[in-house]
Amino acid sequence: MSSKTIHQSAYKHVSGASVYVDDIPVHNQLLHGYVLYSPHAHAAIRSLKTEKAANMPGVAAVLSAKDIPGINQMGPIVHDEPCLAEDEVHFVGQAICLIAAETEERARQAAATIEIDFEELPAVLSLKQAMAVQSLMGPERKIERGQVQQALKEAPLRLNGSFESGAQEHWYLETQTALCLPGEDREYMVYSSTQHPSETQAVVSEVLGIPRHAVTVEIRRMGGAFGGKETQANHVAAWAALLSNATRRPVKLRLFRDDDQIMTGKRHPFYIRYEVGFDEQGRILALDVEQNANGGSATDLSFAILERAMFHADNAYYIPNMRVIGRVWKTNLPSNTAFRGFGGPQGIVAMENIIDRIARQLSLDPLEVRRINFYDMYKRDTTHYGQKIKQNHLPAMYKQLTASADYFERRKLVEAFNTQHEFVKRGLACTPVKFGISFTTAFLNQAGALVHVYQDGTVQVNHGGTEMGQGLHTKMRQIAAAELGVDQDRILITPTNTSKVPNTSATAASTGSDLNGMAVKNAVDKLKFRMAYQVTEYFNQMDEQNYTLSKHIMFKNNKVFDATNPDRTISFEKAAQICYFNQIPLSATGFYKTPDIYFDRETGQGTPFHYFAYGMAVSEVEIDLLTGQHTLLRTDILHDVGDSVNPDLDIGQIQGAFVQGAGWCTMEECKWDESGHLLTHSPDTYKIPGIHDIPRDFRVQLLQKAPNEGTIRQSKAVGEPPFMHGLSVWFAIKDAISSIDGHKREPELGFPATNEAIVMAAKQFLD
Amino acid sequence: MPNKKKPSSLSRRQFIKGVSTGVAGTIATTKLARALPIEKLEKAAPPEGHLPLELKVNGKPYQLYVEPQTTLVEVLRNELQLTGTKVSCNHGECGACTVLLDGKAVYSCHILALDAQGKSVTTIEGLLNGEELHPIQKAFIKKDGYQCGFCTPGQIMSTQALLLKNPNPTKEEILDGLSGNLCRCGAYPKIIESVEEAAKVK
Repeated sequence: MSSKTIHQSAYKHVSGASVYVDDIPVHNQLLHGYVLYSPHAHAAIRSLKTEKAANMPGVAAVLSAKDIPGINQMGPIVHDEPCLAEDEVHFVGQAICLIAAETEERARQAAATIEIDFEELPAVLSLKQAMAVQSLMGPERKIERGQVQQALKEAPLRLNGSFESGAQEHWYLETQTALCLPGEDREYMVYSSTQHPSETQAVVSEVLGIPRHAVTVEIRRMGGAFGGKETQANHVAAWAALLSNATRRPVKLRLFRDDDQIMTGKRHPFYIRYEVGFDEQGRILALDVEQNANGGSATDLSFAILERAMFHADNAYYIPNMRVIGRVWKTNLPSNTAFRGFGGPQGIVAMENIIDRIARQLSLDPLEVRRINFYDMYKRDTTHYGQKIKQNHLPAMYKQLTASADYFERRKLVEAFNTQHEFVKRGLACTPVKFGISFTTAFLNQAGALVHVYQDGTVQVNHGGTEMGQGLHTKMRQIAAAELGVDQDRILITPTNTSKVPNTSATAASTGSDLNGMAVKNAVDKLKFRMAYQVTEYFNQMDEQNYTLSKHIMFKNNKVFDATNPDRTISFEKAAQICYFNQIPLSATGFYKTPDIYFDRETGQGTPFHYFAYGMAVSEVEIDLLTGQHTLLRTDILHDVGDSVNPDLDIGQIQGAFVQGAGWCTMEECKWDESGHLLTHSPDTYKIPGIHDIPRDFRVQLLQKAPNEGTIRQSKAVGEPPFMHGLSVWFAIKDAISSIDGHKREPELGFPATNEAIVMAAKQFLD
Repeated sequence: MPNKKKPSSLSRRQFIKGVSTGVAGTIATTKLARALPIEKLEKAAPPEGHLPLELKVNGKPYQLYVEPQTTLVEVLRNELQLTGTKVSCNHGECGACTVLLDGKAVYSCHILALDAQGKSVTTIEGLLNGEELHPIQKAFIKKDGYQCGFCTPGQIMSTQALLLKNPNPTKEEILDGLSGNLCRCGAYPKIIESVEEAAKVK
């Protein structure tokens, strides 16, 4: 299924006609919402005076916790996240008051008049501080296989150490936005830039104290999300709804960029400690890992994120004796949340660094250590949590990519370059990824769809997934068109809406196409079954000499026909009309749940993933040891998307994920001051990759002839796995630094490898 | 809401004068005013605190009254309903709000509407010829130069500014020309291909 398909929103994207929440036209009753948030990381609220603000002309409402008609909660799983602070604030950026005013400016002016008397309290602001004071978010988790302590003791060689990875700001171009319109009685229509409309609906209904059936949430498209709108969009929607409820007017709440960065959580920083045992060839015999995640002030999705980090602590390697312990720590920072990879990158980067260290200790090319530790297809094929690996593409991909990227020849060239240059060094690294696909909470792996066929032969498709730039709607349109045998321009994908498909899961965990594609197919199958029966009757009534069987009816090229008797052909719209006149419904719901996945959290064993996606990347960098600047010379990626539904979209996802991953590894650094204020809260201090930061030479290939069993059109998920390819850049930088003294010593390179970190690491070798 | 009365052009000094007297202004219930109109314009009876602005947008002349602190993007989005131009950082850094001002790419969030006085603005909507897409827009479709689409209007306007100045840019010139436009989806490789395609077609 791999012909060039134009993006579903192509014309609108390039002409400025695509409507995002902030672009929805609203009549002149619109009020602008604003959030007054905590200036302290931890403080008691002794008094709160809002009268001045409430009495300002142009101000329609000023709300605080006491004004919430429902429950003051918006935690998605654990109810530990107040919608508005009551008597205590727990991070800088926590919402305290909401203001609705005629203009954004007036709302800000009103906020400035609110008087709050705070009593500052001691705050926990870093992971290490949280660990020192035992500020645990919940019980620790463990996954274990084999005899780790004994195997470590018996291993010929051992290493121990730690690895720290930092936060990452989502920096979706479209900041968090919601528009709430009051309806009759206490019904509300909420346009929310959300990845999870059903949960947004739930949170809005809870804070308003009304049933879910009174709240409809709709999203046409988001201007980027990356996990940042999986739970955090609920907050903005709930705030807009509270203001709308208080004023009985439409309220739009769009976070200003700096406020968005200050108020919202990021990728979880991890501090990982480990001990590894291995032999002289670099083969890993035992690994003991302890993962510590900075959860921020509330639980949010932290335990699911930790779990995925633990599942990916092996990355692509078979480790016979392995123990992973995971803990989430509570700090006075915004609650950290989902971000592309969802803990996977944090687990994987630590594993890759262990490999790198083993290689350096043994004076081997790290790629050789990677190769001999890969899962294989024989005995070394079961993960530490007991899932058997089927269709392992790693060994074949290693062969293909090292050849196409000319890895071994370039390794020599890089070393030669480095002997000739004193202050400019080059580095090369190849990193693999094996990424588990499914929500690790098994019941979330479900999706719904609603498909209507109209009498003119056009079709509306609605499904539970949301569009955030990944091209999900384009793929769903392709799938619906292919399954119905009609042209794509007959299919209209309508906005995701909780009144069309209820009780959906977030569009997350890379599962959007897998789950919703199957749900769309299920609905289409039902319609085709009904239509085929009616068309069969129709053919047989027209000519009783020949007999058409329903199972021979085909849908193709906008036609419905008897495959055994091509004379019996009618148009798709004619088939629809026949159904209508025969009083047969032309609307169907579809549903899908991923089969055969489960995980037992008590034993730490199970098959949590439907399958794995694989990939491998080679990056070459040049660094300037005096300025710390790095240039990404070339990146080659080979990635497995099964049988691609849309190669153009998939390659775009791989390129974009790589860029975002490389950003996390090299330039994106969140810094807070000693009182918990984010210092990097705008694009002038927080650097995301720009157009100059992509590889000078960038080659992305899809693994060919690798159909995936048991998925929609034998394709694979693509959103998150290629994020890990960005790690190759960090390891290439480290390789360049370690070349200074012939790869004998382990560079102490910070993560991300900013200019500063590169200079500091190089300095150890140059001094 | 174009006003028929032709306003006189406003000097920088008068503008500053307008702002500095603003503190004394009475505040309207709905619209906020930081500036008093300069005496000369009082006869035209602009709304309290507003100043006249005359500019061309996508070839069409507009006359309207704006507050001095109003940015160009606010006029485009809120007054003229041209929502193709996006606001993302509102800091003059990300490029989502890029438009052409007399043919040069500017960040419309970072320029006061009054600084566009008498000038010609082109937005993403202005590139179209009726329903017909501009060759640059077609090139972005052909090469999939977008993902979520939010930065796309800005990317296309920067491309237009680049190609107006330099119809045959090298790859390095393309990178420089678009270096003021962030794309968080990381669609840069396909954006570059789109610009190359647009340059080829022109």
